Amino acid sequence: MSIKNAPAYRQSNKKYRLAPLDSKHLTGLARIFFCLAIISMVVFNLAPFLWQFFSSLKNSKELYLVPVTYIPAKVSLTAYEKVISNPLFLRYFLNSVIVSIFTTFVTLSLASFAGYALSRLKLKFKTALQFLLLLACLFPQIIFLVPLYELMARFSLISKPLALVLPYVTFSLPLAIWMMTRFFLTIPKEIEEQAMVDGFKRLAILRKIILPLSWPALATTAILIFIGPFAWNEFLFSLSFMIKDTSKTVPVGIALLSGTSMYEIPWSQICAACVLTTLPLVLFVIIFERKIIEGLTRGAVKG
Amino acid sequence: MKKEGRYISRTLENMSKNLSEQRFGLFLILPSFFILALIALYPILRNLVLSFMEQGRFVGFSNFSALFQDERFRSVLINTAIFCLISVPLELILGLTFALVLHQKFFGRGFARAVSFLPWALPTAVMAVAWKWIFNDTYGVFNDILLRLHLIKEPLAWLGRPNLAFFCIVLAEVWKCTPFVTVIILAGLQTIPLELYEAIRVDGANSWQRFRLITLPLLKPAILVALIFRSIQAFGVFDSIWVLTGGGPGGSTEPISLYIYDTVFRYLKFNYAASMVCFSFIFFLLFILIIYLTFSRRQIEY
Repeated sequence: MSIKNAPAYRQSNKKYRLAPLDSKHLTGLARIFFCLAIISMVVFNLAPFLWQFFSSLKNSKELYLVPVTYIPAKVSLTAYEKVISNPLFLRYFLNSVIVSIFTTFVTLSLASFAGYALSRLKLKFKTALQFLLLLACLFPQIIFLVPLYELMARFSLISKPLALVLPYVTFSLPLAIWMMTRFFLTIPKEIEEQAMVDGFKRLAILRKIILPLSWPALATTAILIFIGPFAWNEFLFSLSFMIKDTSKTVPVGIALLSGTSMYEIPWSQICAACVLTTLPLVLFVIIFERKIIEGLTRGAVKG
Repeated sequence: MKKEGRYISRTLENMSKNLSEQRFGLFLILPSFFILALIALYPILRNLVLSFMEQGRFVGFSNFSALFQDERFRSVLINTAIFCLISVPLELILGLTFALVLHQKFFGRGFARAVSFLPWALPTAVMAVAWKWIFNDTYGVFNDILLRLHLIKEPLAWLGRPNLAFFCIVLAEVWKCTPFVTVIILAGLQTIPLELYEAIRVDGANSWQRFRLITLPLLKPAILVALIFRSIQAFGVFDSIWVLTGGGPGGSTEPISLYIYDTVFRYLKFNYAASMVCFSFIFFLLFILIIYLTFSRRQIEY
């Protein structure tokens, strides 16, 4: 860069700084293309859910209309009424709620303990723990199926909520511990050192100083555990370990309903059940978008 | 003398502090340690033991030799490999595009980010049911859209024909898993210092060159992480295929995990299933190693 160009560069410095981040500098065709990209991305990601939502509002006559109608001509809530009045579905729902809340709670407590230890204390077994965490997050579930089934059967946990909570906690731990460790690293060490000087015991420091500071991080982690692949959403273990009909969770219940017979599938109820199961998650994600995405991406991947 | 005394007492104090730190730390990680060892480590080792046994006694490699003669095992391995090779690159390309778009500033970005993260947060099995309804041959919206666009002349039985069914499961899986890639790449994008773009822009590079010379090389670690995680998870794909096709028609979309599940719960052959797990385990550890070695060479420092 020659000296002659230098002032010009300095003048428009601000524009350059924004350049890779701001879509405002796009002009004409590029801008239209960019808008199209955003719209098609949103449509692609939302389409299956929206279609399910519209289908659930149609009455059974309109649902089986050919050619297909898009926006329901007359909104009907019969499908929802049928689903809600179905005791088995309510049971599935309750099971899912119990299992996911237990999973979230237990994972959160284990992960905050372990995260604190990993971020603050000199530990002998750090590498061993990290190795175990890697094992738990690297391999697909199917690897664990046979021995876990054997284990659950031996302790007669089959069809009991604990048979799901145990593996769910285990496989949620890597993400949760990673989140909590990263959070604890952002709390200045001086706070604890001062408290130590003031004569606080370690456990008291954790309870009275660290915990009150951690609520935002705990909330984000709890949301991530809940919407992650191992609480509300899990399928394989639930299908395998929950034999009794009354012990099944929602995903398995809906999946089994849709596979009953080729011709008598109650699609309107299935659509309504799908919406009821996924709507809480959709609202969760849209409301807590900033927390979730920032929690996941802030300085996440380095090297 | 006095100095020495103080020194000794301080050392003792440090020692006791360290000891309590050790003990305290152990106390904190022990629960996690225990549950991980029991639910994650033990099953992996137990698989190995089980695969060499039959009805409680040691049988050597007989399970494995049966595996090599199993036609169905060969076909599910091929299905799984094809599934991975198609869906993972698609997810990476789509995830990279989404992340690049979402990294820009525009009106409604928060909503767009939430929506593109959404599929990851929804239950795979439930959304596979939704896809099943979309692909329905008579009442499905997929046929309807294609008919309206005059891309097909008559409704197709999407889940009833091998190639079409394969397309369906890939689409459902790509839809579900792209957000994972998007989030990881978005995180990678946020670590790239803006000064680099300024510098290369001053040198007169256009936007394609900026992407190719800065964004892509610096995103390599993030892409590698996404690639490894997605390959492994795609290798174990279960939920969406179980719901959408059940492995059919005629076993044409059956992945390895469905066969393992069937072996356990339909044929009740635990040991055979364990040997399948071990074999595929080694198979895909090699696969990951190859990916890692080919992509992690030529690390770029900045």
